[in-house]
Amino acid sequence: MIYKANIRPAWVVLLMMMLCLLAFTMIKTSDNSSPVNKKIQAEQETSPQVDLTKFKNAEENEKCFKCHGQSKYTYENPDSKKIVNKRMYGELVMNRDVFYVSNHREFKCTDCHSEDYGTFPHAGNLRMEAIATCIDCHGGDEKYAKFEFEKIDTAFLASVHSVKHNQDFTCWMCHDAHTYKINARSNEILKETITYDNLICLNCHGDLKNYQLLTDKAKPNILKKHEWLPNQASHFTNVRCIECHARNEDTLVVAHHVVSKSQAVRKCESCHSKNSILYASLYKYQVSEKIQKEGIIKGLLMGESTSIGPDKSNTLNIISLTIFGLTILVIIIHAILRIKK
Amino acid sequence: MNHQTERLYLYPVWIRIWHMTNALLCLILIITGLSIQFSNPTTVVKFNAAVTVHNLAGIILTISYGLFFLGNLFTPNGSHYVISVKGFIMRLKKQFYYYTIGLFKKENAPFPINEDGKFNPLQQVTYVVLMYGFVPFVIISGWGLLYPEMTVYSVFGISGLDLTDLLHITAGFGISIIMCVHIYFCTIGKNPTSNFKSMINGYHESH
Repeated sequence: MIYKANIRPAWVVLLMMMLCLLAFTMIKTSDNSSPVNKKIQAEQETSPQVDLTKFKNAEENEKCFKCHGQSKYTYENPDSKKIVNKRMYGELVMNRDVFYVSNHREFKCTDCHSEDYGTFPHAGNLRMEAIATCIDCHGGDEKYAKFEFEKIDTAFLASVHSVKHNQDFTCWMCHDAHTYKINARSNEILKETITYDNLICLNCHGDLKNYQLLTDKAKPNILKKHEWLPNQASHFTNVRCIECHARNEDTLVVAHHVVSKSQAVRKCESCHSKNSILYASLYKYQVSEKIQKEGIIKGLLMGESTSIGPDKSNTLNIISLTIFGLTILVIIIHAILRIKK
Repeated sequence: MNHQTERLYLYPVWIRIWHMTNALLCLILIITGLSIQFSNPTTVVKFNAAVTVHNLAGIILTISYGLFFLGNLFTPNGSHYVISVKGFIMRLKKQFYYYTIGLFKKENAPFPINEDGKFNPLQQVTYVVLMYGFVPFVIISGWGLLYPEMTVYSVFGISGLDLTDLLHITAGFGISIIMCVHIYFCTIGKNPTSNFKSMINGYHESH
């Protein structure tokens, strides 16, 4: 037996694999290409402080933020003339930086709250003031027509949130008027929108205190309830809760018709297929926006990954079917010629 | 022309076991892979079942490929994959001529199988591309998809996961095409079934 001294391909592949592993480790350790990482980096480089001079109501609002802007407030006791430091009740602390990037950043506090809050101490009966809901201000307003508040209201009224809890469940349970900001239409980073939206759900479903505001039932353990889900962490960071737990329609308007757990999506094919429900809302919007901005090729390729498995490219299918068809055709012709000869 | 049948023991037990395992795994991986790629609620193999079987078969294929890789690093079998560059194009042309014309003129194979050369030049180049190109790519990208959090987030602005997915299905498609051609070419032997029998009993029959 002649044993060839030439280099075996296996050695070449082994060497290449080791080099690739080295390169991968280097890329991975210095990988800050994740949009979330980039944003954190950008935020670190720029000052996070909000410039209050940009907001016409900022000065007026400072009268409230003076006490409600941090965890403690100070006042002078009119009888003893002593300066008193008191701890502000957590739920009444409003972060300026968060408020001034929220949807309602141009508002005066007293646009929604009573003018009587201008006096201190606040009168006790002010606690009973009725707070407007989204539809009270935005309903029937042409300026906000694209957000389809009426449609959202109808969907919300049909949801388990509204049906099970009646009047107790208001818009504010999920959308804090002081902090809520629209995400899907303004944030190009899909993962951030997903995280933001999921945190809204987790605010109650991941926090016993908030969960038990509306029910005496024990809060289900979300991780255990979703144990059946393969790659659970990956699903939680790449998919919004509402994709499976709400009735989605072919629109960007966030699905508010949250359904009962028995109606939640459990079939993998619902997302991992050509007709994936994921392509109905957020993901479709993100892709179409990117295509508009960057052109079709970049728009389709430069996006963040949505779901693994579904066959997304018709062009690839046509190319692969053609190659496969030609291969089989050549084989058949070759076989027929062999048989005939 | 010599019509006497020669029996050469070319395929030791380890190669036959590896080959059978590989063939079975590739079939399972192609069927489940297509089910995942073209999944919909009416697919024959349900998505979650297809994913579980695909993952399991992929893990076994990695072990099986590891054994093949080590076997070809350290045993004489690896020498069959060494391509001598000198005159290789000419040898390829000769083999191509045989498959497209010579075979039909009942000419003899230009590179008859013997102990020193199990593969003809076309087989050699195909098997090298398959076993040292497509298969490592499909395995590495497969592990990247199994642990998506390990995958690089983006490569030159393109989603790393989508790129891994594309690499995986392209390599998988390449393997599927080569497998079809390989099975057909196996019918070119002493008789259409002799090469299949060789992979069971280890003896190559030539005449």
